[in-house]
Amino acid sequence: MKGKKLLGRSTWGFSEDVCVLASAATAGPMEGKGQLKDRYDKIYPDLYMGQDTWEKAERKMLEDAVQIAIQKANLTPQQIDFYLAGDLLNQNISASFSAKTNQIPLLGVYGACSTSMLSLSLAAVLVDGGYANYAVAGVSSHNCTAEKQYRYPTEYGGQKPDTAQWTVTGAGACVLGKGGGDIAVRYATIGKVTDLGIKNPFDMGSAMAPAAAKTIQTHFADTGRTVKDYDLIVTGDLASVGLPIARELLENEGYNMGQKFKDCGLLIYTSDQETFAGGSGCASSAIVTYGHLLKEMEEGHYDRILVVATGALLSPISYQQGEAIPCIAHAVSFEKRQQKGGS
Amino acid sequence: MNGNSANNEKEQAKAYQKLAKKHQPRPKVFINCLKAFVVGGAICMLGQALSLMYVHWFGFKPEKAGDPTVATLIFLSCLLTGLGVYDRFGQWAGAGTAVPVTGFANSIASAALEHRAEGFVLGVGGKMFKLAGSVIVFGTVAAFAVGIIHMLLHLVK
Repeated sequence: MKGKKLLGRSTWGFSEDVCVLASAATAGPMEGKGQLKDRYDKIYPDLYMGQDTWEKAERKMLEDAVQIAIQKANLTPQQIDFYLAGDLLNQNISASFSAKTNQIPLLGVYGACSTSMLSLSLAAVLVDGGYANYAVAGVSSHNCTAEKQYRYPTEYGGQKPDTAQWTVTGAGACVLGKGGGDIAVRYATIGKVTDLGIKNPFDMGSAMAPAAAKTIQTHFADTGRTVKDYDLIVTGDLASVGLPIARELLENEGYNMGQKFKDCGLLIYTSDQETFAGGSGCASSAIVTYGHLLKEMEEGHYDRILVVATGALLSPISYQQGEAIPCIAHAVSFEKRQQKGGS
Repeated sequence: MNGNSANNEKEQAKAYQKLAKKHQPRPKVFINCLKAFVVGGAICMLGQALSLMYVHWFGFKPEKAGDPTVATLIFLSCLLTGLGVYDRFGQWAGAGTAVPVTGFANSIASAALEHRAEGFVLGVGGKMFKLAGSVIVFGTVAAFAVGIIHMLLHLVK
């Protein structure tokens, strides 16, 4: 039976056979000592990853993640029809330069830290629509390149407040195709840009929480699902400030999120690693989802999860000009397939 | 109609910011001030010790000992920045390490290091004052204003 593809306001419903063929996560040295240290496909011993600049280092992580994911899917880059990628650097350079290396036709996408689920949603659309047999979605972020671009030099001794977050160094990639995998990408809810006047660039959690709450609400309204239908609902990088805010916003709308509402930014580091409120960046949701959560699903810990990647759409110029931080969130639901079917 | 919806938006933002505030950890003003006082004071004491050292052992006149003292503090700050520890120290000490001349040196050295990858001209040369630049500009402007007031006071006398 063919289901409707557009549901409600902004949710895409995909055929049951659009599935994850493989995923991979690469991580920096600090992430490699964190809570999920055994879950990454590759951990680099230092922040340069054998390159001479941090920008090249970030690109290397993304290239490696994409390559490993394709390998794990038993495919070659030539077989992948499209590469959907994005990052946080000006002009999306990690994405485009990595596509120069792997020579897969590129669709560059940008949604700040929400790019992980944005690129994955679009990849699912291509696969489901028959516009691609295989598509790979990838994102990256690097603590030093992000600090350099958005804030101060990394060695600058300015004091950061406790609401600040720590940009995750890592990259994640996910290969989608029709049939042949255990986990289906079932729905994707595309968020609206939300701005409730938060201006502090050292408090992204407060800025992004309303966007996450809104997208979750939209997802529930569009699909007719509710909290009970999921084993886990994770946000991308709301961290210890934003997560309780989102929880309260949703509670005010009548959704009791309970224990299954978590945040990727709080799953990466251990408590003795000084990361202020928690992790952030494209890699936050990507390495947790592609490195950890999908494995958890394969291992049978979860049957259905909703990943809500959150993004702060500011630029260094917009906040210096005194503008508030507009934010967005995109949600993707991953589901264990009932029977493993061939294509 | 338009005015109404703009007002609504403002109200909504206000209500949200109130809700969010409950979850934002408060800045630890007292403990931060205390740390800044102790560390800033300690750096000044180190400066005083260096200055006495230059007077007693190296034969500087007391009014000239300031120059090598500042140079030494700047050197130490740049060294610690290069070794990658000044920023950690700064996170703990806050204004204590930011306000003295060591903080100024750190802002320049860190920017120079950061942008070394963009070359000596556009990177190091062009960007090393990206944080310190405003200190220099407004410091000079403030000195100019104070100088004029000083001159006027003299004229009145």
